[in-house]
Amino acid sequence: MKEVFKRTGALTDAPFHYCPGCTHGIIHRLVAENLEELNLLGKAIGVTPVGCAGFCQQYFNIDMQGAAHGRAPAVATGIKRALPDRFVFTYQGDGDLASIGIAEVMHAAARGENITTIFVNNAIYGMTGGQMAPTTLPGQKTSTSPFGREPSVAGYPLDMPKIIAQIQGAAYVASVSVDSPKNVLQAKKAIRQAFEYQLAGRGFTFVSVLSTCPTNWGMSPVKALEWLRENMMKNYTLGVLKDAAAQ
Amino acid sequence: MKKYLLKGNEAIAEAAVRAGCRLFFGYPITPSTEIIEYMAKHLPAVNGTFVQAESEVSAINMCFGAAGAGVRVMTASSSPGISLMQEGLSYIAANELPVVVVNIVRAGPGLGGLGPSQADYFQATKGGGHGDYRLIVLAPSTVQELVNLTQDAFDLADLYRNPVMIMADGILGQMMEPVVFQERETRQLPAKDWATTGAEGRPRNTITSYSLQNEIGEANCLRWEAKYRSIAAAEQRWEQYMTDDAAYLMVAYGTTARIAKAAVQMARKEGIKVGLLRPITLWPFPVDGFKSLQGQIKGYLSVELSAGQMIEDVRLATNCSAPVHLCNRQGGMVPAPEEVLERFKEVFPAAAAAV
Amino acid sequence: MAKGTVEVDKLRCKGCSICVEVCPQKVLNLSKEPNPKGYYYARQADPDNCTGCAMCALMCPDVAIRIWRQASGN
Repeated sequence: MKEVFKRTGALTDAPFHYCPGCTHGIIHRLVAENLEELNLLGKAIGVTPVGCAGFCQQYFNIDMQGAAHGRAPAVATGIKRALPDRFVFTYQGDGDLASIGIAEVMHAAARGENITTIFVNNAIYGMTGGQMAPTTLPGQKTSTSPFGREPSVAGYPLDMPKIIAQIQGAAYVASVSVDSPKNVLQAKKAIRQAFEYQLAGRGFTFVSVLSTCPTNWGMSPVKALEWLRENMMKNYTLGVLKDAAAQ
Repeated sequence: MKKYLLKGNEAIAEAAVRAGCRLFFGYPITPSTEIIEYMAKHLPAVNGTFVQAESEVSAINMCFGAAGAGVRVMTASSSPGISLMQEGLSYIAANELPVVVVNIVRAGPGLGGLGPSQADYFQATKGGGHGDYRLIVLAPSTVQELVNLTQDAFDLADLYRNPVMIMADGILGQMMEPVVFQERETRQLPAKDWATTGAEGRPRNTITSYSLQNEIGEANCLRWEAKYRSIAAAEQRWEQYMTDDAAYLMVAYGTTARIAKAAVQMARKEGIKVGLLRPITLWPFPVDGFKSLQGQIKGYLSVELSAGQMIEDVRLATNCSAPVHLCNRQGGMVPAPEEVLERFKEVFPAAAAAV
Repeated sequence: MAKGTVEVDKLRCKGCSICVEVCPQKVLNLSKEPNPKGYYYARQADPDNCTGCAMCALMCPDVAIRIWRQASGN
């Protein structure tokens, strides 16, 4: 028998601290495998967010910086401008990127900053215990929208990849999901494309990944995947939303 | 040596370029804007990079990233912008990153006014953002000193892996004086082997200030505290003016030190034995300068463009061994030397009577 | 004869059971005894039917699964 699937060396041996069934781990693997396959472990610098992924410096076998809440694209800009031949990416959740850090990501895109942002959207604040996020769906219950997000009071969710795709400096914008093996493979391809565009110096690349939060959604991991499919994937369209090279 | 007639803000920028600063991130705000304009114009010629950030919040975080990548970096702003940078400065201090920040202070609070002010003293010297940390704060009072201290700032930042603030105001920023750019002796600085530059050929580096273990948190705080103590022991700077026989002391920095110096000269003409102690480092506060004079001084006058902020450090530095009074203007107003002398005579009538 | 085999790192596994559900051959289940962290970890219960398709590994949030497959032609 031949070994066809093993843990990538781009991940450290540290076990993930995430809750059982949290799909952050899948997304970590996809980022790590792409780093390894593109031979980037020696030249990559990752920037981590505040939130559940705030500890992910422990998991990637590369140099990393931990940014303040929402500021990762600004920090990544500083790194990339200091070291333009290095590979720089941010890994951010929905509260970090779409709420407190929306200015930083929009302007990194507008500058065509030659970095990649991996945006993990699970429609809730995980780390602080399940509060409403800017991507929480109408009607979705969270600890700060206990009766369901009511648009007349709490407004509507932001569809970040659609917004970023409108910005001229964005070279590649994809919206993917990790709810099924097929979509996981698609997600890996999208991250690969984004990374390759950065290596080619094409400008800002952005991959939005729909993810689960079984703990704060109050569901089993398997149910959470179903909920993701039935609710989030209906609100957040999957696909390549912008590909400047193809246009 | 060639002399240049430069505006204070331009002098800071040129000194930074000569100190090897190759990255500048900033957001325009009066009265500091000439600094970012100068950098935008002159950095490309030395293969440097200027980025106009979308906000001061982003500018300081760009500095975080660049400093973490091991490159000399600077930003400049004025009071409201510096307030926005406090979050980033706290993170920069916690991660021990060498960043130079210029604050051309304007009157506050709020949007305030454009006039000169020293009302950001507490913010600059007591930390400013959340958590227990210190910036090294340098307070020049001439355009030449803006040059010298800007160049020193980069060395201090690298030496101690600590953010350094250069604090001036609109008067110094806009003032034109002749300056020279002296050859400086190269200081032995530690290698930046901690920087995140890509882990090729070495164990990976991480820059982070997050820990959920209180034991680690305390160990970090103790390490920082020890560093701040060593800075306080080694880096106090001050100027003494006419202090040899002084029975009274004016204390002033930056713009007000120029005014206080004129007031001391006027007092001396009247035979009043008063001198000036001018802090050059606001943090660490030059406690040693006060100690060396403590036995002879009967009273202190802190001259400030604030409601009285440095005066607290003067009281601490002197253990309240003699009365400490305040002479101040606020909101962008500046006292004339006559006004300072008048206030001095008002609070220390015995000094004038002794003549 | 199995075409593939699955090895779950039982110390990494948190028993989320995504792999159990996603397996088209239903060859995995959860253990009766917990691992040292208290999770009922996934294990190969029906090794004969494993095809080595790796869907379980693709979906494992803890990157705890290794897969072997018969080389083609065997």
